[in-house]
Amino acid sequence: MLPTPDTSHVSFDTIYEPAEDSYLFLDTLASASESKWLSGRFQKNNSTSSDSSSNSVPLIVEAGTGSGVVLAFAAAHSEQIFGRKDILTLGIDVNRNACIATTETVSTAIKTEQQKPESSATDTTTSPNLQTVHISSITSDLCTALRPGSVDVLLFNPPYVPTEELPRLPTASENDPTMSLSVSRSAKFESDSYFLSLTYAGGADGMETTNRLLDAIPGILSDRGVAYVLLCKQNRPDEVKERIRAWGGWNAETVGSSGMQAGWEKLVIVRIWRQENS
Amino acid sequence: MKVITANFVTCAVKECKTSPLSFPLHFHDAELELQELDFQPEFIRNVVPRIDWDSLRVTANELGFPSLPESKPEGEALGDEQTLKDLHRLLLETQVMEGKLSEGNKSTLTSRRSLLHFVLLYLVHILQAPSAEAPTKTPPMPSTTVYDA
Repeated sequence: MLPTPDTSHVSFDTIYEPAEDSYLFLDTLASASESKWLSGRFQKNNSTSSDSSSNSVPLIVEAGTGSGVVLAFAAAHSEQIFGRKDILTLGIDVNRNACIATTETVSTAIKTEQQKPESSATDTTTSPNLQTVHISSITSDLCTALRPGSVDVLLFNPPYVPTEELPRLPTASENDPTMSLSVSRSAKFESDSYFLSLTYAGGADGMETTNRLLDAIPGILSDRGVAYVLLCKQNRPDEVKERIRAWGGWNAETVGSSGMQAGWEKLVIVRIWRQENS
Repeated sequence: MKVITANFVTCAVKECKTSPLSFPLHFHDAELELQELDFQPEFIRNVVPRIDWDSLRVTANELGFPSLPESKPEGEALGDEQTLKDLHRLLLETQVMEGKLSEGNKSTLTSRRSLLHFVLLYLVHILQAPSAEAPTKTPPMPSTTVYDA
């Protein structure tokens, strides 16, 4: 089993603490079937083909990174998951604290992996070390600020719990670190609870935020792009998959699941990708 | 944020996406810091194909870097170690710590505070790019944009 990235530096006052859903994400990405599929898609082509674009470094983006544990896992174990040691990672979260935490979690995971004594002496042809670089964690709303067609792998563990209301996005002053220093204890509690609600509250069917992300997928993914989205049973994953297939030219399959409940998986991870042109 | 990030982000306002002004965003008063990183020629060689070269030239120019070649290095040019080293320094080692970002000339987007954790959620969309089809007095404001007081 691949080690889970260290998040001991993260304060979970306003940030989602890695839980069953996060670990399902790690397990799914690292599973033999998914890493084989991903490696087939992203592995470098060693033959000296003229098509250099297939060797271009993939951009892995996570929307709603929280602690950054999922993105850090993908970054540190990129060779096992994507079949290559060179990826770029970019994190996005509406909570500025989560962005700061993510940068540290991902950078630390990469460094830890790089400092490991090189055990595989078999592969001397390529550069021995993990080359993966975390380019930034940006405080932003889903993929709205990303250049169209730029994302190769999109990861999303959404706020998926059905709730009466969808929490609004934070204001600039709520995300301003200097503001939180001066507030009363009850105001801090209220603010913390609000930020935590952003990590789980998904509005109607728990799908309001996820639907916004799904709508953006065709525009944001590259030609070789693929998205992994976690859904819970109440999100009605089968209907979601049907809807995606109805876009035309797109596929959606369940590739990971956990927590059987009365014959149903409580959580699933759906892979969404463009149908190959035949 | 590393300079390469600028090659992947646009204005977050939906109505602007189709405008050429929304990409690349422009740096102002940028404060840079060099954070050294091992130079891996193979890595940077495989980063280059996915760079929007014209945008990178604009960004490099705004940040005070020497001019990049007019066209994107390809084939043999990617074997030139100095070219790769220069790109490595610009794209991966240079961090923009503070500064502002704007879109085009007319519309201004301002990021608040440190760009280290680049804030694109609070872009204040001051002026709409001129558009013949949208003669409305007030520019359409996306619900996701939050305004500073």
